[in-house]
Amino acid sequence: MNNTLEKNAFYTSDFQASLDRKSGSAPSWLAPLKKAAFSRFTEMGYPTRHHEEWRFTIITPLLDKRFVLATEVPNHDESDLDGLAFISQDFPRLVFVNGRYSEKLSVTTGIPGGVRAGSIAQVLQNEPSLLENHLGRNADIESQPFTALNTAFLEDGAVVIIPAGKIVEQPIQVVYISVEQINQPISHPRTLIVAGENSQSTIIESYVSKQGTVSFSNAVTEVAVGANAVVDHYKLQRESETAYHIGSMAITMARNANFSSHSLTLGGAITRNEVTALLGNEGCECTLNGVYLADGARVVDNHTSIDHAMPHCNSHEVYKGILDDKAHGVFNGKIFVRQDAQKTDAKQTNKTLLLSEDAQINTKPQLEIFADDVKCTHGATIGQLNEEALFYLRARGIGLDDARSMLIHAFASDVIDRIKIVSLREEIDMLLFELLPGGS
Amino acid sequence: MLDIKNLHAKVGNNEILKGINLKVNAGEVHAIMGPNGSGKSTLANVLAGRSAYEVTNGSVYYSGQDLLEMSPEDRAREGVFLAFQYPVEIPGVNNTYFLKAALNAIRKHRGEEQLDAMDFLALTRQKMKILHIDESLLKRPVNEGFSGGEKKRNEIFQMAVLEPKLAILDETDSGLDIDALRVVAEGVNALRSPDRAIIVVTHYQRLLDYIVPEFVHVLSEGRIVKSGGKELALDLEEKGYSWIEDEIKQLTTV
Repeated sequence: MNNTLEKNAFYTSDFQASLDRKSGSAPSWLAPLKKAAFSRFTEMGYPTRHHEEWRFTIITPLLDKRFVLATEVPNHDESDLDGLAFISQDFPRLVFVNGRYSEKLSVTTGIPGGVRAGSIAQVLQNEPSLLENHLGRNADIESQPFTALNTAFLEDGAVVIIPAGKIVEQPIQVVYISVEQINQPISHPRTLIVAGENSQSTIIESYVSKQGTVSFSNAVTEVAVGANAVVDHYKLQRESETAYHIGSMAITMARNANFSSHSLTLGGAITRNEVTALLGNEGCECTLNGVYLADGARVVDNHTSIDHAMPHCNSHEVYKGILDDKAHGVFNGKIFVRQDAQKTDAKQTNKTLLLSEDAQINTKPQLEIFADDVKCTHGATIGQLNEEALFYLRARGIGLDDARSMLIHAFASDVIDRIKIVSLREEIDMLLFELLPGGS
Repeated sequence: MLDIKNLHAKVGNNEILKGINLKVNAGEVHAIMGPNGSGKSTLANVLAGRSAYEVTNGSVYYSGQDLLEMSPEDRAREGVFLAFQYPVEIPGVNNTYFLKAALNAIRKHRGEEQLDAMDFLALTRQKMKILHIDESLLKRPVNEGFSGGEKKRNEIFQMAVLEPKLAILDETDSGLDIDALRVVAEGVNALRSPDRAIIVVTHYQRLLDYIVPEFVHVLSEGRIVKSGGKELALDLEEKGYSWIEDEIKQLTTV
């Protein structure tokens, strides 16, 4: 424990500064929340391998680095966007640099009237009442140390509020860029999405940085899906291969709400994605899909938890991993079906393709079912490329690299095909081909 | 075009081909017949370059090139085509996409221009008609959920599109009903030409009623034990493979 505390020590002074920085204009409810989170984080410390939820993910390389909290928006311009993945010129976007809102890079034209989309810092200053009922309400600071840390340092991030009945046709992009203008920046971006009753919206949340950037994004996303509302959420992780990323998303769903998540992890030295969905009302529909791709000695960890608390809810989950070299994948999928949650239909699948002898995956489905009239299935497979199929393609003239790439792509295709935004799907398709072994 | 000399091959420690000699010239159709386990499919797969088979002795020259030194894809690009006995299902890879990639890889190798989606469709339409291939089949993943007959027709359809110089049909007839057999044979016959050779590997004489070969070879225990004209196939049909085997025994005892 001492060791852990020592590693935390430098954050204490940062925390005090963060608190002071905002105390002038921040609403009165914010400081107690941050203080509580910080003290909870100090109690818990960083997770170790002895912590059941972190058994397979060693974060020592992350803890060994001295990350620096950015206190202001670094100098930046449009060129900082060059070559970064997932930035569409067609959709409105909120851009954050090292966790702080960039007016310069954001494009807010095209955000329909009534929809509030902007910077949490600005809203905290101008209209904090919009946030009071939602901010920090779903994120779990009690048991998740990194979420507590994010909350302690909560200063900025994106807020998107969709009013009741509003159909937002175009996706809204939230882009978090890490730039190494200061050495090894750490950011604690917070995203808050509140979808009103009967609304419909699509949010693309992406984390990007240029190759070689060493940074730590400790992100938390809170999503509240209103009654009968539809939210389509994309999380794209394409930070540099030397970046660290720990992100957790907490979703709450009102009656008949429909939420789907598409999580794509293509970058990062260590990436951990936690998704926690509470189906706390009848008739909810929750889809969690994911694709992760890692090579080198990279680590990708996906922890998901779906809590069926009420009857007649469906959840559907497919995660697919592609691991090469000495990459290490972790999948943990929890499904709880509470006693009241009769007529639950829950389906979970995790498939992993290992492209080398040294790649490894720890996969653990975890179903806890307390209701008796339910349908729950889960399955995990681990496999290699099909040699027969590879020979078949080659016997038709397709080169070895292309044949491999075609088969790997095919492995992920059922998840990729479910990406509804055409331009995004095409970009992911292309990226997969580029990143795959033998890709151009 | 193809010159096989004293070819030996094994799978694991099991020697299957024990000295095959065979010459195939352009324009010829050769049938290779034989009982199960005689090495017919092994020969077909060794020619296509399947790595599970290890060549331990002998040589194979194809149009003057050492075929055994070439990768499977290079053999295909040089015009060797194997119609698989068991076509592989490849979920997630679209049939059209796959075949277009294959054709373009071969065209690139020949120094020809790549075909775009429109040109490709125009090229395939007519061949689809010959092989009674429905366009919907092309939109599905390669062989996935195809019936046995659909898979075999799809093989011959691929052959029609890729226009190989040397086509090897590995038991393309097995499991086909007579209508499907006729369709497949029609597809193969449409490809017969003076500059193309075809090797038909089959267990049954039936296919040879429709694809009439110039030469028939009987394979037994890894060797070609008898060669002849198309009438040899009829003799085999009548007397069965045991006739050949008995004949060999007599020869060896004398």
